[in-house]
Amino acid sequence: MGMKTLYLLVPLAPLAGAILAGFFGKILGRTGSHVVTILGVAVSFALSFLIYQDVQAGTVFNGAVYTWLESGGLKLQVGFLIDPLTVTMMLVVNFVSLMVHIYTIGYMADDPGYQRFFSYISLFTFSMLMLVMSNNFVQLFFGWEAVGLVSYLLIGFWYTRPTAIYANLKAFLVNRVGDFGFLLGIGLIAAYAGSLDYAEVFAKRNELAALTETVTGWPLLTAICIGLFIGAMGKSAQFPLHVWLPDSMEGPTPISALIHAATMVTAGIFMVSRMSPLFELSDTALSFVIVIGAITCLFMALIAIVQTDIKRVVAYSTLSQLGYMTMALGASAYSVAIFHLMTHAFFKAVLFLGAGSVIIAMHHEQDMRRMGGLRKYMPITYATMFIAAIANAGLPPFAGFFSKDSIIEAVHFSQVSGAGFAYFCALAGVFVGGLYSFRLIFFTFHGKERFRETAHDAHGHDAHHDAHGHHAAEPHETPMVVTVPLILLSIPAIGSGWLIGTILYGKWFGDAIYIAEVHKGVETMAHEFHGVVGMMTHSVTTLPFWLAISGAATAWFLYIVRPDLPAVIKKKSGFLATILEEKYGFDRFNDWFFAGGARMIGRGLWKGGDEAMIDGVMVNGSAGAVGWVSGLVRLVQTGHIYQYAFGMVFGVLGLLSLMWWLGQRGLI
Amino acid sequence: MNSQLLSLAIWVPILGALPVFWIGSERRTLVRWLSLAVAVAGFMVTIPLYTGFDATLSSMQFVEQSPWITRFNVQYLLGVDGISMPFILLNSLITVLVVLAGWEVIEDKQAQYMGAFLIMSGLMNGIFSALDGVLFYVFFEASLIPMYIIIGAWGGPKRVYAAFKFFLYTLLGSLLMLVALIWLFLESGGSFNILDWHQLRLGMAPQILIFIAFLVSFAVKVPMWPVHTWLPDAHVEAPTGGSVVLAAIALKLGAYGFVRFSLPIVPDASHHLAPLMIALSLIAVIYIGFVALAQTDMKKLIAYSSISHMGFVTLGFFIFNQIGIEGALVQMISHGFVSAAMFLCVGVMYDRMHSRQIADYGGVVNTMPKFAALFVFFSMANSGLPATSGFVGEFMVILGAIKFNFWVGFAAATTLILGAAYTLWMVKRVVFGAIGNDHVAKLKDIGGREFLVLGLLAVCVLAMGLYPFPFTEVMHASVDNLLKHVMASKL
Repeated sequence: MGMKTLYLLVPLAPLAGAILAGFFGKILGRTGSHVVTILGVAVSFALSFLIYQDVQAGTVFNGAVYTWLESGGLKLQVGFLIDPLTVTMMLVVNFVSLMVHIYTIGYMADDPGYQRFFSYISLFTFSMLMLVMSNNFVQLFFGWEAVGLVSYLLIGFWYTRPTAIYANLKAFLVNRVGDFGFLLGIGLIAAYAGSLDYAEVFAKRNELAALTETVTGWPLLTAICIGLFIGAMGKSAQFPLHVWLPDSMEGPTPISALIHAATMVTAGIFMVSRMSPLFELSDTALSFVIVIGAITCLFMALIAIVQTDIKRVVAYSTLSQLGYMTMALGASAYSVAIFHLMTHAFFKAVLFLGAGSVIIAMHHEQDMRRMGGLRKYMPITYATMFIAAIANAGLPPFAGFFSKDSIIEAVHFSQVSGAGFAYFCALAGVFVGGLYSFRLIFFTFHGKERFRETAHDAHGHDAHHDAHGHHAAEPHETPMVVTVPLILLSIPAIGSGWLIGTILYGKWFGDAIYIAEVHKGVETMAHEFHGVVGMMTHSVTTLPFWLAISGAATAWFLYIVRPDLPAVIKKKSGFLATILEEKYGFDRFNDWFFAGGARMIGRGLWKGGDEAMIDGVMVNGSAGAVGWVSGLVRLVQTGHIYQYAFGMVFGVLGLLSLMWWLGQRGLI
Repeated sequence: MNSQLLSLAIWVPILGALPVFWIGSERRTLVRWLSLAVAVAGFMVTIPLYTGFDATLSSMQFVEQSPWITRFNVQYLLGVDGISMPFILLNSLITVLVVLAGWEVIEDKQAQYMGAFLIMSGLMNGIFSALDGVLFYVFFEASLIPMYIIIGAWGGPKRVYAAFKFFLYTLLGSLLMLVALIWLFLESGGSFNILDWHQLRLGMAPQILIFIAFLVSFAVKVPMWPVHTWLPDAHVEAPTGGSVVLAAIALKLGAYGFVRFSLPIVPDASHHLAPLMIALSLIAVIYIGFVALAQTDMKKLIAYSSISHMGFVTLGFFIFNQIGIEGALVQMISHGFVSAAMFLCVGVMYDRMHSRQIADYGGVVNTMPKFAALFVFFSMANSGLPATSGFVGEFMVILGAIKFNFWVGFAAATTLILGAAYTLWMVKRVVFGAIGNDHVAKLKDIGGREFLVLGLLAVCVLAMGLYPFPFTEVMHASVDNLLKHVMASKL
């Protein structure tokens, strides 16, 4: 079996699982469905590992599977590019997907849509693999939209909930706004490079960089990169297209972990890294990227502080972390962005799956104000989430520290305009990150056991409230299928950061990532890097470390020492708190301006344009005119033959003279 | 040897309709099966057109020629190239599906209903294969009659108004075409052969007059803004089968007219007026997209969506590059599948609920999961999701448009947002959510026949999305040839 067959099998194995579980779910039954889908992803994971070893040995594959379309000199093929960047993504995607598949057995155990769910997440894995393995823009766009489709289906998985079907429509449409830019970028590439194959386009990048767009006069490559990046802003939920991600929490928790934390939302980060040969030639685009990333990083983290829904805290934390990755891209530290993507995939998956575990234990309660003190009841969930929170806050020795610290460092070295602002946001974000991460842990797992009060409240005057309330509220650790993936994911959440030397400074990515000579950040960092231990000991003397610690300490003070304080602070800071709780008003504005505005325009054009103008004036107006004319004609319909004969004679004369007249002027 | 194929494609359904009429509506089972047999036979005879087609040739193939009205040198002249051939197959396939879709739901005068569709199918094949101006015109006009009857006899409450509007609009449009045809006959020294007309040298003034004469006729058919308002009315009143044929095939006739007549016969006028055509196309894409968003009737929404999608077709033609024109043709075929499927889906719901109002639905997925899956799939195709046919044409046209002029491409690409917005918002309100009312609660999921019809279309949509290569491959030579005509000045 040739390597090419293996490459094909990687995406096709999960696809086969998805088809089996989707179309034959009833025949296969619940067990059968999860067995085939898990088998599919497991095969894919194992093959990815084999391919990884092959790539480590120096193999790079770039070839077509079949020609999708040929037209106007463009040859569009479906094909694979297998290089270190691809294989890193394949491993991350497959590993997290496999864990999530297993976890789902427990999380969705009672759900009537069990088979459908497995079918969707396997379909997602297929789409994501097609995206990362692509060697051309068309297939990239296919994967891009296909993961969007599955995300749409999964956010709306519980389709009877009004909030879920609102959220999935919103997610799809906001992503389409990003895709609009993405498609324009692709279109410009096709128009000016005459190809949509990565290698061919990259080969022409210096020519492209010298061109300007003929109609708009824009520097071509900058326009292309910004177009592509707008796509990334949609998919990776960057400000101001971030609005869909918090709402996507309406979906079942396993997909929040898989799609909305670990993989799909990082597609934008991956894409920009893949396009590094293009982005490197446009400092304007890089500035745009770094500023957008910085805004997302800090301002989304701030919202996380005031959220009370456990999943939404994690969601805003994801936004903030995606902002970090984006900043790294803008700082030309693509390898660092991918490194953070990887460590983040692990610890954020733990946070989401842990949150899910808590939600199961709390009988589908997501409000942290009704939790507290859970550590006694759920030790494994607590321990794994604690690890992930430390990693998220960026404290050594856990994974997030290495990647986040490297990002801050890279932003520090960056020379593009906006880098100073980004550096400030990155540092401030560290403090806020420490605060919200530990707030989540302390609020949920420490302090008073508030769920007992809630049970009382919720059941009010119900005569049986004691017995029922007690039964419903007593939390317990979740089953093995839930905790084992948590533990397995915590291992890389702790340890994957230690690969920093290999991944960032050890030629891990080979030629997959291109960095221009002038952008020396990562190179400088490589010189200053003296091993993992050195990096940790050095960090204790740096600002980010102490910012994270003080963030954590603040959380400790506010939620353990003085749990009465947050309410006071909230009251004192009234206006600021409202701004954060309103999420800066984006949702309101978008609903009013874009959704409402579009409907208004639609109604206006329909009623005013189609019905009043076209039908009212032109069509029925001409019908009226015909009636008027026929009234006139009726006057001459006298019934007297001689009058008709006269009319004919004059008519023929008139026509003949008209033709003669036209003929004189050479018109006929 | 194969020379009778096009005649068969035209006359098998038309002559097959005669025994259907003769049997009469009392013997329903026999009528249905016979209609199906005729439709399938009609489809079978078109398959050799694809398998026997030589994609390397740009000339007309399967040509049949015999004198018809010798006094005016009118001939019975048939032939297809890579542009017209796919539409004959599409039309014949859609006819089979329409017969299946009308299997049970048409209770009144079923023989006449089926017969009308079979005749129309033959006539449409005639339009796509006629190479003689008069023959084309006869088929073009004759096809109005069965459609007029279908809307007028089996339509909704306002069917007479709608049928009349449809008839008058299209008839008035085509009268100007007749004038243009006669003028071309005189100018060419007495030939009605369309291919002869492609070689004519014409001055700018006559070119523009001819272009406008054709434009009025074809724009009504497509339909282009602002002569589109007959379409939503016609769709709303038409029975499901009528809507399917109208959207899938009848709208293509106008677009086909542009590539067969306007572009190659009057290329200089086409270039001269291209900005107007592009503007009208973009208005169709954007303006109509917004109008679709505001609709409360599902059929109207899909009708407006059709107009918007057809805007891509006319846009693709008038940016004069290969990817644009081929994209437009691909879009025409894809729209044939997708709009047919969308109208069938609405038909499935209408048969059960007797309402097309979005507000009367909600949570259909709870009671009709299989149907919901297909409906969501076709909606995604309608929103241009990659791997469905709906993506391919739009993608190609957008690429062509950006190449032509960035802002044109920019405006066209807004469909990505608008198309998804109006389609998926409808899906949200109709398919998803809790069960909306008691009527929805009582809905029964689709049966085997409905599943077969929608499933076949789903396969087509997916196949064309995953592997559009064979579709464009047959077009290349003919489109090249067309572009050669368009690029050469005939002044």
